Amino acid sequence: MVLDKQGSGAIAFRLDPASGVPPYQQIVRQVEDALRLGYLSPGDQLPKVKDVVAALAINPNTVLKAYRELEHKGLAAGRPGLGTFVEAGLDVVPLRDLHALRRKLVKWLDEAEAAGLDDESVSALISSARHEMSSSKRMTAS
Amino acid sequence: MSAVEAQAVGKRYGRTWALRDCTLAVPSGRVVALVGPNGAGKSTLLNMAVGLTVPTTGRVTVLDGTDPGSPTALDRIAFVAQDTPLYPNLSVADTLRLVASLSNRWDEANAQQRLADLDIPLGRRVGKLSGGQHAQVALAVALARHPDLLILDEPVARLDPLARHDFMGALMAAVADEGLSVLLSSHVVAELERVCDYLVVLSRGQVQVAGDVDDLVGSHRILTGPAGEIDAVSAAFDVVHAHSAERQASVLVRITRPMPVPAGWQLAETNLEELVLSYLRAPRASALPGPLGERRAVSA
Repeated sequence: MVLDKQGSGAIAFRLDPASGVPPYQQIVRQVEDALRLGYLSPGDQLPKVKDVVAALAINPNTVLKAYRELEHKGLAAGRPGLGTFVEAGLDVVPLRDLHALRRKLVKWLDEAEAAGLDDESVSALISSARHEMSSSKRMTAS
Repeated sequence: MSAVEAQAVGKRYGRTWALRDCTLAVPSGRVVALVGPNGAGKSTLLNMAVGLTVPTTGRVTVLDGTDPGSPTALDRIAFVAQDTPLYPNLSVADTLRLVASLSNRWDEANAQQRLADLDIPLGRRVGKLSGGQHAQVALAVALARHPDLLILDEPVARLDPLARHDFMGALMAAVADEGLSVLLSSHVVAELERVCDYLVVLSRGQVQVAGDVDDLVGSHRILTGPAGEIDAVSAAFDVVHAHSAERQASVLVRITRPMPVPAGWQLAETNLEELVLSYLRAPRASALPGPLGERRAVSA
């Protein structure tokens, strides 16, 4: 097995061009996931911007934007001349809330099936609804 | 602060105008993609910026008002021409020696480090390198001169996907490190989408679109709805390009203020490739900073 080491840092980012999620948001989510899963903890350094852009062949602003968003969320903080470090763990959604949301979703999925929707139609409906939500948010924001 | 400025620039070859009335200000500190179909005038514009071609009309300046080709400009600009030409019979080491003796700002340690990172043997003849290595040597030589502006003409057109990725990765690492301005041309938009943050679309010798990539993508949307209502919707929006099948129509619109979505129509975000293709299909539409020309065109 050939093992490539991706520069500095505890985690390696990857980008999915087909996901439709903007690259900077993919980086934000991957940091958040790494926090949830314990790959990153407070005090850890995030991968250096130069290493990330060399590995992913993306514009440095994309990484800077992601790190700024993480700072804005209070999850990371920049230390001048050193890099960006994890500041806080992630408040995990309480299990009780997750269960409640899940119950509602299962009920809705039952209704969808009863109405004759197959899996693909359900996925299409969900992604279209989410798209509409984010588009309308952005439209009113602009 | 501008990297390249063109004022009413025209270039005629025989009876053909490669560029005509081309006005443009490319900001510095950005990674600028210059895109357009073959024959749009991209190479002509880049050659003017490095002083290899002189405009027939108008004026091109670089790095805040400097004349292209002047000693100051030559010291501060690096150019990687189409197909990254190097001397095939020289070894990599001799190539470095040649460029070192022709440059005022040569950083030997930097060049050596770059080539070592890429495992490129210094003793090998340039003609024996793989396509990817060849392009990387050209990039390393250009970057070791610590340019304020790096201009690349179709740098990855002939490279395989892995070599493309590595080339762009090395280029982006240099941008992160040194904050240089980059102007690169391509006729493939998709490969530039992740890399550039400023876009210039050149079409038929003129600038059709120029602007920050996020601003451009953020200010355009795709509307889809019943084909029968396309005229009414088109009248209400700033339409770039409309496309209609028998029942369903989709329209790329430019939105500069909040607009209500027409009932029965769906609004979706667009991406850089779709945006560029739409503009290229609608030659009379343009998206430029400042008041300029005709803003609307409908082509069904």
